[in-house]
Amino acid sequence: MDLLDIARWQFGITTVYHFLMVPLTIGLAVLVAGMQTAWYRTGKYRYLKMTKFWGKLMLINFAMGVVTGIVQEFQFGMAWSAYSRFVGDVFGAPLAMEGLLAFFVESTFLGLWIFGWDKLSKGVHLACAWAFSLATVLSAYFILAANSWMQHPVGVELVDGRPRLNSIWAVLGNNTVLAAFPHTVFGCFAVAGSFLIGIAAWQIARHHRKSAVDDEDRKAWHGSLRLGAWVAVIAFAGLAISGDIQGKLMFQQQPMKMASAEALCHSEAPASFSIFAVGDVARPDCENVKSITVPYILSYLANGDFTSEVKGVQALIPEYQAKYGTHYPDDPRLGQFAGQPIDYTPNLPVTYWGFRFMIGFGGLAALGAVAVLWLTRKQKFPEGRWWAPLAVAAIGLPFAGNIAGWVFTEMGRQPFVVAPNPDPSGIDGVWMYTAQAVSAGVTAGEMLTSVIALTALYGVLAVVEIFLMVRYVRGGFDAVMPPKPPEGEKADEALSFAY
Amino acid sequence: MDLPTFWFCVIALLWLGYLFLEGFDFGVGMLLPILGRKDVERRVLINTIGPVWDGNEVWLIVAGGAMFASFPGWYASLFSTAYLPLLLLLVALIGRGVAFEYRGKVDTHRWRRNWDRVIIAASWISPLVVGLVLSANVFGLPLDEHGDRVGGWWTIFSVPSIVGALAVCGFSLLHGAVFLSLKTEGEIRERARRFALRMGVPLLLPVIALLFIAQFTEGSEWTWVPLVIALVAALAGLARLYRWRDGQAFALQGVALASVVITLFGALWPNVIPSTLDAANSLSIADTASSPYTLTVITWVAAFGTPAVLIYQGWTYWVFRKRIGTKHIPPVHAPSA
Repeated sequence: MDLLDIARWQFGITTVYHFLMVPLTIGLAVLVAGMQTAWYRTGKYRYLKMTKFWGKLMLINFAMGVVTGIVQEFQFGMAWSAYSRFVGDVFGAPLAMEGLLAFFVESTFLGLWIFGWDKLSKGVHLACAWAFSLATVLSAYFILAANSWMQHPVGVELVDGRPRLNSIWAVLGNNTVLAAFPHTVFGCFAVAGSFLIGIAAWQIARHHRKSAVDDEDRKAWHGSLRLGAWVAVIAFAGLAISGDIQGKLMFQQQPMKMASAEALCHSEAPASFSIFAVGDVARPDCENVKSITVPYILSYLANGDFTSEVKGVQALIPEYQAKYGTHYPDDPRLGQFAGQPIDYTPNLPVTYWGFRFMIGFGGLAALGAVAVLWLTRKQKFPEGRWWAPLAVAAIGLPFAGNIAGWVFTEMGRQPFVVAPNPDPSGIDGVWMYTAQAVSAGVTAGEMLTSVIALTALYGVLAVVEIFLMVRYVRGGFDAVMPPKPPEGEKADEALSFAY
Repeated sequence: MDLPTFWFCVIALLWLGYLFLEGFDFGVGMLLPILGRKDVERRVLINTIGPVWDGNEVWLIVAGGAMFASFPGWYASLFSTAYLPLLLLLVALIGRGVAFEYRGKVDTHRWRRNWDRVIIAASWISPLVVGLVLSANVFGLPLDEHGDRVGGWWTIFSVPSIVGALAVCGFSLLHGAVFLSLKTEGEIRERARRFALRMGVPLLLPVIALLFIAQFTEGSEWTWVPLVIALVAALAGLARLYRWRDGQAFALQGVALASVVITLFGALWPNVIPSTLDAANSLSIADTASSPYTLTVITWVAAFGTPAVLIYQGWTYWVFRKRIGTKHIPPVHAPSA
């Protein structure tokens, strides 16, 4: 493998891993702040228990999200220095904003929240919970604004061959980020909802088997379960609506990505949506592909009507070639790509299946959440032995959907790192090939060292995190509540919740 | 002052904030085995920085992000050139952050001992790497005309960069000891103070060496002023500590550090990275700065963001201003297996 491939693998591995942590943190942080609000307003002890229990799991996960996030920022400069030089004028600004306006708030108020239980008044302490949880959401906005600019460059003019920012409002108000942000945040809540469902279901099933059941605890687990199910259902509705909007934008902005997502080789009118394909989707001529399709639906997904034409890969290739050239520049810094013909089709199996897995896993999780709402109505609870393990296993579904979505959206943009926009609403003429973006001064050996080191470290940490999560889940409320109820005791002497 | 020069100063300020704040929490981690003899004492040490280390670390992230936004060419060349040292820094910071959060989550001796090892190793490695990379930046890197490194990863090692690594490490150790004598009580406080007084001058030697190397190779007339202030403040800090005025000692450390950073960035100016291959390849403030519009945007962001950050981070330190001793440490409360 050469430098570019290794660098791409590294980016993929570290980003996907980071994005396993981030959605759970964002979703749980907001839900924990909500639970603490319920405790603050009603004074019911079970809401405090919920806050502490889910808060503890959130913290175990938060630590991993934070530390893997530093890698994300550093590797733009480390592994993609040519990219950083090219886009720095526009891309750095949202990153700096994330740091100054969101990340500082997150980490500072998280520290206040963890250590401030007895040091701050209840109201101020609650405000800290809202501060850090909303800052995690704001963080997502700035990062997605930066990413959306790579998908759809706006707010810039080309000066000496480089994009120069001329409107930060265009970048922050890019229609691509306005669609991607709700989609991603709903994805975070889908993860958090399933997480609540799975763990609460497991706890309830365990309580069924015990003879003495604390009524208060049972209510707290049941409440967590119902909350998780509602959050998951609402999140999925949001995902479907925002996903449809985002898809329509992407048909305009990156038609090649969407054609690949459908393995649509030849233009169709009306176009059918492919549910499942058998055969070799890797070939852009689509020989041998047998696809199960639903007529008219793709036309609707792309354009909002049932008859219009959707362009296929074969039709798009000459369009891209006419606009962006047929060969890479003959620049020695491009290495093996210098002067070579450009392949404008992304990896078709990855985009095709990425798109299907995203929708499929997300849909399964939503069906599960609806089933949970039905099964647990009126304080009832299903008795079957199968159902708690099933709920625990279902925690993985929205995670898988999120990963598939990101792999699809990033791989679908190839061979570009900054995608050009044939659609006249964007600024056409600003683009960068991924092959041009990698650091020229770094050797493949260095890059490989970092891939191995980070992958190994991430692997070990995944084991540690899951080990801790399982331990705290098994510990239930007892493991996170102070031995005695906090009322009355002279609590300010000892640091509660200390490390 | 034009906008690029202003942002050069902002970058220096962000690194100063980072070195000052995370400097002492690195120091606390380094001192863990030296000052914390029993587990409860180590917990006292960790809890002095517990509520703040994460916020301190964001100064690094913002320093990086601000370099990306204001001087993309600087960010790109420095970060790619220092690839392996920065990888080591990332690995250390990942381990360290996780270790703080996870150390108390399981109540066994072995679990805590292993995470303590991670904290200690990472707290030594991180300041060494930060010192190495920043001082290599000041004294120059082998850059070609594109701003890419010529030669292998080891070219970052030079006498000044190694002295710089030791300087940040020594400073962090001393700074951590002074912080601990300010933040703890009882036996631990006395140990920390004794450590700082005994080791203070030897720990400052690489800092002094770095200052003089910078002054004689890259310095100007005016950089003598911060250099002298740095030396005086550092020694005055130790003198105040001797009189048990640990708050003043800590503040004087800050003055000394600020003067060192001013000397070094003053020596760097008007370059952002000098090239050791050919002066024509050196990256200057003017070459690498973002457009005036981008700089204006982030100036507004900084103008609103920075005071807010200083206020709420200052408030955090105020909320947790009490000295901590072993009596404040509650029994470990973790799920039993």
